[in-house]
Amino acid sequence: MEATQTVAALWGAVIISGLYHGLNPAMGWPLAVSAALMERKHSAMPKALSALAVGHFLSMSLILLPFSLMASLVTWESQIRIAAGVLVVLFGIYLLINRRHPRILARIPPSKLALWSFLAALAHGAGLMLVPLYLGLCAPEDTTMNHKAATTLMAGNAGAAIWVAGVHTLAMTAAGGVLAVLMYVWLGLRFLSKTFFNLDTVWALSLILVGAFGVYSAAAS
Amino acid sequence: MNLRPDPTFHATAALAMKAPVEKLAFTLMLSPDGSQPDGLAVVDVDPSSKTYGEIVHSLFMPNKGDEFHHFGWNACSSALSPLTGHAFYERRYLIIPGIRSSRIYVIDVKEPLDAKIHKIIEPEELMEKTGYSRPHTIHCGPEGIYVSTLGGGGEDGTDGPPGIFIMDCETFDILGRYEMDRGPQDKHYDFWWNLPKDYMVSSEWGLPPQFENGIVPEDLLSNKYGHSIHFWDLRGRTNIQTIDLGENHQMALEIRPAHEPTKEYGFCGVVVDTTNLEGAIFTWWRNEDGTFDAKKTITIPPVPADPDDLPELLKGFAAVPPLVTDIDLSLDDKYLYVACWGTGEMHQYDVSDPMNPVLNGKVEIGGIVAKKKHPNGSDFGYGPQMVEISRDGKRVYWTNSLYSTWDDQFYPGERGAAMVMADVGENGDFALNKDFFVKFPKGYRSHQIRLEGGDCSTDSFCFPSF
Repeated sequence: MEATQTVAALWGAVIISGLYHGLNPAMGWPLAVSAALMERKHSAMPKALSALAVGHFLSMSLILLPFSLMASLVTWESQIRIAAGVLVVLFGIYLLINRRHPRILARIPPSKLALWSFLAALAHGAGLMLVPLYLGLCAPEDTTMNHKAATTLMAGNAGAAIWVAGVHTLAMTAAGGVLAVLMYVWLGLRFLSKTFFNLDTVWALSLILVGAFGVYSAAAS
Repeated sequence: MNLRPDPTFHATAALAMKAPVEKLAFTLMLSPDGSQPDGLAVVDVDPSSKTYGEIVHSLFMPNKGDEFHHFGWNACSSALSPLTGHAFYERRYLIIPGIRSSRIYVIDVKEPLDAKIHKIIEPEELMEKTGYSRPHTIHCGPEGIYVSTLGGGGEDGTDGPPGIFIMDCETFDILGRYEMDRGPQDKHYDFWWNLPKDYMVSSEWGLPPQFENGIVPEDLLSNKYGHSIHFWDLRGRTNIQTIDLGENHQMALEIRPAHEPTKEYGFCGVVVDTTNLEGAIFTWWRNEDGTFDAKKTITIPPVPADPDDLPELLKGFAAVPPLVTDIDLSLDDKYLYVACWGTGEMHQYDVSDPMNPVLNGKVEIGGIVAKKKHPNGSDFGYGPQMVEISRDGKRVYWTNSLYSTWDDQFYPGERGAAMVMADVGENGDFALNKDFFVKFPKGYRSHQIRLEGGDCSTDSFCFPSF
């Protein structure tokens, strides 16, 4: 029962992190507004949102899949979770100290939205934010799991990684999409700059928080 | 870094037009003989203020001989680019290059009446990091602050072509050259861009030996000044097309793209056509297939004159060329202002149809022969030169100096610095305001004007207005 609750809570966190990423302008919703306005057609918005989603999903998967391989090393399970948590905390601290944004993002042409979204998510450690949640979901529920063949575990873990990345990206796209539609249809661009909040500190702290949770939950299990 | 975007950043040109009007202007002062340090004048442009039309604060630099010319902000509405996602810079610093010394000053104007020097970049550092000299136009864009230069390396700036370099918009460190592939570009002057459409346009004046000690008549008559405009893949940093406007179109200077990012055209002013002394404006545009074209859409004829009334340089021509030295486009892309520095006229064209501009208004003031006085009775030395339009398009400000050594050739003797303003009415009526005439300290000349909160040659907008 407790295990089911934990799993539900972790999936909830995956969705919430998606909504959170979606609302952050740095993850691209203003690009969907600008696409519709620049091309003067409504259909440009869903197209742009899809491109952003593809990039984000790939970026999440790129980070999660290597962990899915490691997660199959059941013997080292808690050590891996602790190490991953520490890594996420360290990246959060790095973002707290280094407030500079990677210049490479400024070199991507506006026509390559999926690439932009992929690299923006990577640079901000968006995928890392999911790692502790994902490893929590992969944690064996009981010792019988230990007897499963490593290959089966690996396949299952990889599948779980794709699911986590997918659900997260769906939530992100929904949140960003709602905001983009609100801006485009009702609010107008006067509100665009009003919705921008500097989330740099909050973002870095979120990474530290999620990482610390990963370390704590691994140590406690 | 702020928690919210700077309130002077606007998503669209239309929003910028509705923003609160400017109360202060920043104007550069230069000492033409280098006997005094150059400076930044803060001018009161609030008609309800007691000190309206006066310099309320001046900041002078610790060096002499910089020759201030153009300058710009560290950040503008381009920070709201959806590709950036971090719109939290402040419009706070003015980047002022010395076009003669190659020194760059970063001035903190958060408290305009207490403006102070934030950083100085020495010419040696600029040269070492970029191989460029004579920094000129400033624009803030995707990778930071872009600065065009007029000179390459070496004592006279001819060792290698001039180009654009990029500065970090927070630390003001010089990051390096912009160009990956400059194509045939070997001279430089102005540049601007369309950020969402990802292209840049640059222009050509001449190399340092062609301007530093004055205009070189032989070079002009043999068409050796710049006459091409270059189109760039902005983020790819490569020259994608060069259009030669024709070698008789000497000195293609100011580049003014439409502010509305869905409009893919703009203008470029040409100082003089050597076949007939006309001034000219070209309209350039981007075709569906991504190629560019340009066409001459405005010509301004010279005015015949008695050689006795003309400076040495022009006596042989018995005419005053208009000398189109600066142009500026209102934020609604409706009016193009064209400074005719030689004849002493400021033209206002309705460019609603950019291929068919219509002369809508004209102000006469100064001029080589005309020497028209200001409506307040004061003499106006030189002619209308650097022009800046208020965001709402209702006030047009300008100064009167072109470049120290060129001033002396076309207008021998000290004629006095000035800054004036013309009001623009609802239907485009265009006339000088007789209450606004800024006087400058003795021995100085006045150059570019920047308006508090942005103006019509600063901000790049990333979203369309309609």
